[in-house]
Amino acid sequence: MNKKRKLRKSSFIVQGLFLLLFLAGVTSGEPSRVLSQSWQICLSCIGIG
Amino acid sequence: MELARKWVQIVIGFLTNGYWGFPWTRTIYQGPLKVVCSPGLNCYSCPASTTYCPIGALQQLLGGIRFSLDAGQYFLGWYVLGCIGVVGSFLGRLVCGWACPFGFIQEMIYKIPSKKFEIPRCLRFVKYPILFFMVILLPLVAVNDFGLGDPWFCKYLCPAGTLEAALPLLIMQPGLRATLGWLFYNKLIILIFFMFWSLLASRPFCRVACPLGAFYGLFSRVRLVKLRLDESKCTNCEACHYVCPMGVKFNESPNDAECITCMACMEQACKFDAISLEVGGLPLRGSSPAKKTAGQANQH
Repeated sequence: MNKKRKLRKSSFIVQGLFLLLFLAGVTSGEPSRVLSQSWQICLSCIGIG
Repeated sequence: MELARKWVQIVIGFLTNGYWGFPWTRTIYQGPLKVVCSPGLNCYSCPASTTYCPIGALQQLLGGIRFSLDAGQYFLGWYVLGCIGVVGSFLGRLVCGWACPFGFIQEMIYKIPSKKFEIPRCLRFVKYPILFFMVILLPLVAVNDFGLGDPWFCKYLCPAGTLEAALPLLIMQPGLRATLGWLFYNKLIILIFFMFWSLLASRPFCRVACPLGAFYGLFSRVRLVKLRLDESKCTNCEACHYVCPMGVKFNESPNDAECITCMACMEQACKFDAISLEVGGLPLRGSSPAKKTAGQANQH
């Protein structure tokens, strides 16, 4: 007999928490910092210098 | 499904590395798209990269945390963690199987005919200390005289950065070659090691050392999209063990943190329709109708 499968709510709760984290980062201006970092070649990251 | 997965990997590889003007500019992309997080491990110093690597960005933010706090800015990595957290809680390590360029490269190398070996299951735990120490703790606490932390994983371990960024940049900018030192050769050896290992075993970097895979693996039980085992249909024939590229024994461990949702077990192995794809607990897709009929015939 097939059991009726229920929607798992835990996924949405965890997603909601990380979405809040994402929004906190956006409001603190972090995307602009990430952007300016990613525009520069990280020489130590690629093993040069 | 395997062909579809390969095409998705190729398309996403081109989308996250879409700056093809780099042979003329001879430098990396410096446009607004780099505010978008790459779901997989993709060095943002790769000349073609149009997205940022979450692991690299997190280390840089944590390494510079003293400066940002001194300036009254709270750049603690919320944005980066939020991006990969949302992706992880939605897809988990499906990203590794469908959207990571470095995973794709390892799969292509594995296809080269050679003797193949298994990777000991215990080695899968190595990537968690790499995530904790090299990506989070060391950039935070091991600072130089200026109070700046190093991106430990990127600097000392990441082979994707060497392959996707260092080698192309050395070709395009000959002036950089004069600065090569032990750091580069160390990373080159690590790259060659993982490339050679990829020839002999399936996805060794993903299974042993990838901190992003380790992070996504933490969501294995709660992620929205995952494979489900119907224990009433499973006969424990273990056919799924032989097709899994990550060494997962699906009938024994359906919520395994190593599962990249490649669906090989569902499409190529299981003849009893015991494995299906679900979204949020609700069924999305089972095995192909032809396999379903064969499975039902076997059961009768």
